[in-house]
Amino acid sequence: MDETAPVVMELHNVSKTFGEVQALRDVNFHVRQGEIVGLLGDNGSGKSTMVKMMMGYHQPDPGGEVRFDDEPVRGWSVAKARSLGIETVYQERALADLQSVWRNMFMGREPVNRFGLLDTRRMRREAAALMKGHMGFTSGAVHPDNVVQTMSGGEKQGVAITRALHFHARLVLLDEPTMGLSLSETQKTLDFVRSIKEAGHSAVLIDHNINHVYPVVDRLVVLDRGSIAGEFSPSEITLDELTDRLRTVARTGQMEE
Amino acid sequence: MAKTDIPPSVDEHPAVDAVPRISARLFLRRHALTTGTVVIAILMWTIFVTAAPDVFLSSSIYNAFATTTPLWGMMALALTFVVITREMDLSFVSVMALGMVGFTRVFDWTGNVFLAILACLIVGLACGCFNGFLVAILGIPSLVITLGTMFFFRGIEMVLLDGSGVALTGDEFTGLRNALNGQTAGIPNEMVWMVVIGVVLWLVLNRTRFGAHLFVVGDNADSARMMGVRVARVKIAAFGTLGVVAAFSGLVASMQSSYLWPTLGEGSLLLPIAAVFLGGTSVFGGIGTVFGSFLGALMVGSIQAGVISAGMDGFYTQLFFGMVIIISLVLQTLISRRMRH
Repeated sequence: MDETAPVVMELHNVSKTFGEVQALRDVNFHVRQGEIVGLLGDNGSGKSTMVKMMMGYHQPDPGGEVRFDDEPVRGWSVAKARSLGIETVYQERALADLQSVWRNMFMGREPVNRFGLLDTRRMRREAAALMKGHMGFTSGAVHPDNVVQTMSGGEKQGVAITRALHFHARLVLLDEPTMGLSLSETQKTLDFVRSIKEAGHSAVLIDHNINHVYPVVDRLVVLDRGSIAGEFSPSEITLDELTDRLRTVARTGQMEE
Repeated sequence: MAKTDIPPSVDEHPAVDAVPRISARLFLRRHALTTGTVVIAILMWTIFVTAAPDVFLSSSIYNAFATTTPLWGMMALALTFVVITREMDLSFVSVMALGMVGFTRVFDWTGNVFLAILACLIVGLACGCFNGFLVAILGIPSLVITLGTMFFFRGIEMVLLDGSGVALTGDEFTGLRNALNGQTAGIPNEMVWMVVIGVVLWLVLNRTRFGAHLFVVGDNADSARMMGVRVARVKIAAFGTLGVVAAFSGLVASMQSSYLWPTLGEGSLLLPIAAVFLGGTSVFGGIGTVFGSFLGALMVGSIQAGVISAGMDGFYTQLFFGMVIIISLVLQTLISRRMRH
């Protein structure tokens, strides 16, 4: 990985407390342009909180800072994050099941015409083109008017991924994107992650399965109990060594015994 | 200027991008709920015509129907918004009356009918937003808290009016009364207003961002939040819309009777709710149409008028009512279940 590529996003001394639970503790983290960072950690290690922090869903506790393009961001919110080009493919897929594909694809940022009215024709047309071009749906059975509820897990994931793709995200956050997917659907999702890098954009990938993460990432960050326990490049460490270290972390909270 | 300066026209939307056409069968399937409601409405009307042709083929019953149904039917249209966001409102019947207190007070102070109308609608908006605040910001279940505000708003109104009504017979109101309760091309204006409100609300629901957000908020509030939709704001606006329409209904009803009854709205709580559900709007949120609620209101209204006019005993109203509601809801459930598979 090019260590001189500009940093797209940075978390600086970020902590997050919910009541008495400190979910994140002084986290320092960055993603460079064209870099895929894998985030590993046990349940409750703070991975999801970190992703939600990066997508604007959570604000850092006072003292912490979210930086984008080397500038601290003010008024951190989902809308703000999306306007900066951050898109999330979420583990629960963040879809509205009873709504059509096109409504889901444009949820939260629906295009309007000059009268402030929804441009439904454009949304349906673009959704149809995206479904054909990126999701590989060619049959007439899958129509942009179809309700998401009627689709398979992989198809739903396709909608969520295509949504991120459509808005030319500079940073894509993927939270457990392969959960519940078949082998071929998983492969498709990982190919999508690689295509982000090829397009010169960045991604943060969370996955329980290190076999999925290891081959696609440039850098691995291990979280434990809300703090960063270590960082590796896949070139420095074999998959077996990584598995051993993760077991050690889970047991002792330390990277090395 | 030389013609060559003009760039050749480019087909901006090549056929590749075209949305695949849907077959008539798919279209019907997609609109199965609305289609079902239309069928039931036509069936009901046929029964009425067969049972009492003299009554149902003359215009007088439709005239009576068109002056009374909108008084609560307009609220059914706006209630659709609230129900789509997976909430409920029971307080709009009290908002009808409280808005009119605003109207009479401001009219007494200023003598200006226009300002009085404005005050009426603002009171409605404020009541609706107050409901929305309690539900969306404080997170209190809407069914419970709007039961509270129903009594609360009614209480404020009773106290302010000292329990007695206000006559609205002054000449200043003639223009307003013509606009609200006159006729346009032979159609009672009450119905005209209901149609106008229906068209506006349809446009808002189907052709604005706010409308799109109503659906996703009711469908899956967490997903909506993840996608940057301001869930609380959307819900408050839904309640606010209902508040404004309720206050307007109160104005139409009071002008019709030339009197502000302190009990205005009492007894018309369940009709709009029944109309919304008859129209296919889901109690689980995320699904609903303004057109469905409009049809639902016509159905509920015609049962009321129809049973009596058909020469049946008034007692049959409720029996008929219950039957239609149960049959419609059973059909809706069956249709939705089929659509899922």
